[in-house]
Amino acid sequence: MTAQALIHVPKKAKRGEVIEIRTMISHVMETGFRRSQSGEPIPRNIIANFACTYNGVEIFRAELFPAMTANPFLIFRTVAVESGTLAFKWTGDNGFAAEQSVKIEVG
Amino acid sequence: MRAARGPVLAAAFLFAAGAAPAAEVPLPERRSGYDFMGPQTRGMQDDDMANPGMLSVLDGAAAWERKTGAAGKACADCHRDARQSMKGVAARYPRFDEATGRPIDLEGRIARCRTERQQAPPLARESRELVALAVYVAHQSRGLPVEDMVEKDARLRPFLEAGRSQFERRQGQLDLSCAQCHNDNWGKSLAGNPVPQGHPTGYPIYRLEWQSVGSLQRRLRNCLIGMRAESYEFGAPEYVDLTLYLMWRARGMKIETPGVRP
Repeated sequence: MTAQALIHVPKKAKRGEVIEIRTMISHVMETGFRRSQSGEPIPRNIIANFACTYNGVEIFRAELFPAMTANPFLIFRTVAVESGTLAFKWTGDNGFAAEQSVKIEVG
Repeated sequence: MRAARGPVLAAAFLFAAGAAPAAEVPLPERRSGYDFMGPQTRGMQDDDMANPGMLSVLDGAAAWERKTGAAGKACADCHRDARQSMKGVAARYPRFDEATGRPIDLEGRIARCRTERQQAPPLARESRELVALAVYVAHQSRGLPVEDMVEKDARLRPFLEAGRSQFERRQGQLDLSCAQCHNDNWGKSLAGNPVPQGHPTGYPIYRLEWQSVGSLQRRLRNCLIGMRAESYEFGAPEYVDLTLYLMWRARGMKIETPGVRP
């Protein structure tokens, strides 16, 4: 199944306003430290990087590590400068890559 | 924290074992597990953008539209828009199943539809897709009251009684019954956590301890293991009877799926 993501961005904002962006993506975030019931180590499978761009300009980036919870939930803020697109990208182990984008209207 | 766990647990159990068995929780005093949670966890459940169970709802919505099996049909090809067709359905399960002559729970019904109608390979209990479909279907009943199915269908009565006797029967190495915690001692603490009344209104839930969504049967297995009793295979009739009893016990309470629980 493809990774589902929940993204909250205000649809409209005033120019110069500080807006809150909330993102959550479905991912097991397997630490690599656990073993299966038969004793085999379960290989690490995590999202290692997250980045958000605002009309092509990177405004937020995070590195994630094995101690992060499943379904990482990130909240960050930015200043609404212009109408356009916020693009979100998650990348990780086993070639994991997910992208989503949301439009925002700034007036 | 860890060191304190043993004595607190033992004290709680001793108390439970010593008390006279109380009756069922009176209807007006019933409270969802939600009421026993901290404000942060409640906030997580209330906000659809922060409730990780909603990711599973999205997974279920995608699975609902996906054609599969030899019949080449998706759930949506027969049932159309789940937002209408599945509204209130989860509030009426488990219900009597003519084919087997006993109650069937929601997950069981979905799994059956999958093999019989879609002619697809069976979905294992607790598999991600089956749980996602169950969450998606149950989510359509959010806010609706659990219906009293036994009143509507007398054939369920003996299975309700079987479920009730399981709930009240002492079992396991700790010689505990479900009722001793969830009828007699709800609201008190067990290892620092509040003991809820055990109403299955938020299922399938996102449990923070699991870091995933899981069904009521997975939660029941947890409790049985905690009592050091023997658990059953997922889908076992014992679990379905117990589910029937718990849903009947929660009749009139509102469905919360997807609930978030610690």
